[in-house]
Amino acid sequence: MLENYFPILLFLIIGLLVGVAPMCLGWGVGKVLGTNKPDAEKLLPYECGFDAFEDARMQFDVRYYLVAILFILFDLEVAFLVPWALVLKDIGSFGFFSMMIFLAILVVGFIYEWMKGALEWE
Amino acid sequence: MNIMTWSSLNAGVATPEIFLLCATCAILLIDVFLSDAKRHISYVLTLAALVATGCLLVAGYSLQPQLAFNGMFIADPLASLSKLGMVVGVILMLVYGRGYAAVRGLFRGELFTLTLCALLGMMVMASAVNFVVLYVGLELLSLSLYALVALQRTSSRSTEAAMKYFILGALASGLLLYGMSMVYGATQSLDVFVIAQKIAHDEANRLLTVFGIVFIVTGLGFKLGAVPFHMWAPDVYDGAPTLVSQLIGSAPKVAAFAFIMRILAQALEGFAFDWRSMLMVLAVLSLVIGNVTAIAQVNIKRMFAYSTISHMGFLLLGIMAATPGGYAAAFFYAMTYMLTAAAGFGLIMLLSREGFEADQIADFRGLNKRSPWFAAMMLIVMFSMAGIPVFIGFFAKLAIIQALVGLGLVWLAVIAVLMSVIGAFYYLRVVKVMYFEDPTDTAPIAAGADAKLVLSVNCLLLLVLGMAPDRLLTALTTALQFSLHPGL
Repeated sequence: MLENYFPILLFLIIGLLVGVAPMCLGWGVGKVLGTNKPDAEKLLPYECGFDAFEDARMQFDVRYYLVAILFILFDLEVAFLVPWALVLKDIGSFGFFSMMIFLAILVVGFIYEWMKGALEWE
Repeated sequence: MNIMTWSSLNAGVATPEIFLLCATCAILLIDVFLSDAKRHISYVLTLAALVATGCLLVAGYSLQPQLAFNGMFIADPLASLSKLGMVVGVILMLVYGRGYAAVRGLFRGELFTLTLCALLGMMVMASAVNFVVLYVGLELLSLSLYALVALQRTSSRSTEAAMKYFILGALASGLLLYGMSMVYGATQSLDVFVIAQKIAHDEANRLLTVFGIVFIVTGLGFKLGAVPFHMWAPDVYDGAPTLVSQLIGSAPKVAAFAFIMRILAQALEGFAFDWRSMLMVLAVLSLVIGNVTAIAQVNIKRMFAYSTISHMGFLLLGIMAATPGGYAAAFFYAMTYMLTAAAGFGLIMLLSREGFEADQIADFRGLNKRSPWFAAMMLIVMFSMAGIPVFIGFFAKLAIIQALVGLGLVWLAVIAVLMSVIGAFYYLRVVKVMYFEDPTDTAPIAAGADAKLVLSVNCLLLLVLGMAPDRLLTALTTALQFSLHPGL
C-alpha cells in the first residue's frame, strides 16, 4: 500500500516548507528592505576581532580519528553492558555467557590495538 | 516469548564458522607477538585453519538441511558446497600470493586476518536465511575487502581504488537494505522461508514487494559488478594488489551466487516473473559491454575485470532461467569460474617480481620462450575462459545455454554465444602474444615450488573437470535440489 506512505510524504513536504520557507522569506525581505553597502573592512574574515590566523581548512591529525573510533567501540560495549547487568538475574547462564563471548572478542581486539601501538600518542 | 538456551541455539550446525572465528582471533593474537622474520608462522597457521575449516565442512556435509540460531542460519548442501569452494579459493589466493606479498611488504598479519574475516563473511552469506544475517555477512566481507584493497598504504592507486570501492559498496549496501526493508514492510518478516510462504499465500503486497525487488537487484548488481553497475570493477581490480584482485575476483562470486539464491530464488521465488526480466537486462548488458570493452584493454588486470563482468552476465543468465537446471548451471559456472580466475590472477602474481607487476598484456610477450610451463598454464586458463571445448569453461557455458534453450529463450542463447565469440578474441590475443612474439623481458621467473605445484594442480583441474564435468554438475544439482525447497 503505497498510499500508506502518504503521511510520510506529507511530513516531508511540510518539513521542507517549515524549514526552507522562513529562510527564503528572510532572504527575500532582507533583499528588498535592507541596505547593502559592502566595503573591504566588512568583508574581511576575522577571528575574535583579530585578523584570521590561518586557513580554516587545516589538516587534523589522523590519530584523532583513531581515538574516536576506539572510543565508539568501547562506548558501545558499555551501552550493551548496562542493560545486560540490570537483567542479569533473569537471563541466566545463557545471557551471562553470551556477553562473555562478546567481551572475549572485544578483548582480542583490545590486545591487538594495544600491541600495535594504537593507544600511544607519540 | 520463548527463553533461549544453549540447546535451542543448535550452534553445532555452525561448527566451521565458529572454528574459523576462533582461529582468526587466535592468529590475530599470535601474529602481534611475532617479529617480521617469523611472519611465516602466521601464514602456516592461516593455511592450517583454512584446511581445518574445509575438513569440518566435508565432515559435516549432509543432504538434510539443518537450522540453527533460531532459524536464522542454515547448513544445507548449497551452503556447504559453496563454502568449500570459497575455502579452496582463499587457499589458492594465499599460496599464489605469498611471494608477491612478501616482496611488496604486504606479508603482514593484517593480510591473513582480514582474509579470514572476508571468508567468514562469505560463509555467513552462504548460510544465512534471514535478511539481517545475510546483510551482516555481506558487510563483513565488504569491509574486509575495502581494507585489503588499501593494504598497500603508500600506493596512491590502491588508496584510490579502495576509496571508490568503499563509496560504491556503501551505496550498494544502502540500496540493498532499502530493498530489504520494503520486502519486510510487505511481508512483515525477515525470514527467507516465511517470506516465501507469505508470497505463496498471496499475503504480500505486490507493488511494495516489486518496489523492494528493484532495489535489491540494483544492490546485487553493484556487488556482482554487473552492467550498468560495473564502474568500480576495473579500477578496483587494477588498483588493488594482485592478490587482493584475485580474492575479489574468485571466491566472493560463489558467495554472491549463494546470496542471490537465498534472496531471489528462495525468498522471492513467487515474484520470479518480475526479477527475471530485471536480471535479463543486467545479463545482456554485462555480456555485451563486458566483452566489447575488454577488447580495448592493454592492462591484463583490467581485461580480467571486464571479462569478469561478462562472466557475471553468464552467471545471471543461468539464475535468470529460474529452473533447477538453470540454477545448477549457474552454480557450476560460479564454482568453475572461481577456479579459473584464481589461476589467472595467480599467474600474474607468479610472473611479477619486486618492482614489476606483470600486469600489461605486453609483459606476456614470448612467454613460451621464457618458460613453456607458464605459457601452457596461461593457455589453459585463457582457453577455459574463452569457452573452448574440453576445458571447463566450455561446459559451464554449455550448461547455461542449454538451460536457456530449454526455456525457449533462443535469442538469449544466440546473444550469449555471439558474445563468447567476441570474448574469444581477446583471450586468444594473449595466447598469440605468448606463443608467436619474441620476449622483450628476459628476467628469470622466480616462482616458489609450492605455488608452481598448486598452480599445476589448479590448471589440471580445469582440464580434468572439463573432460569429466558430470560428477561435479550432478553433485551441485543434487545439492540445489535438497536446498531450495527444504520443507523444514
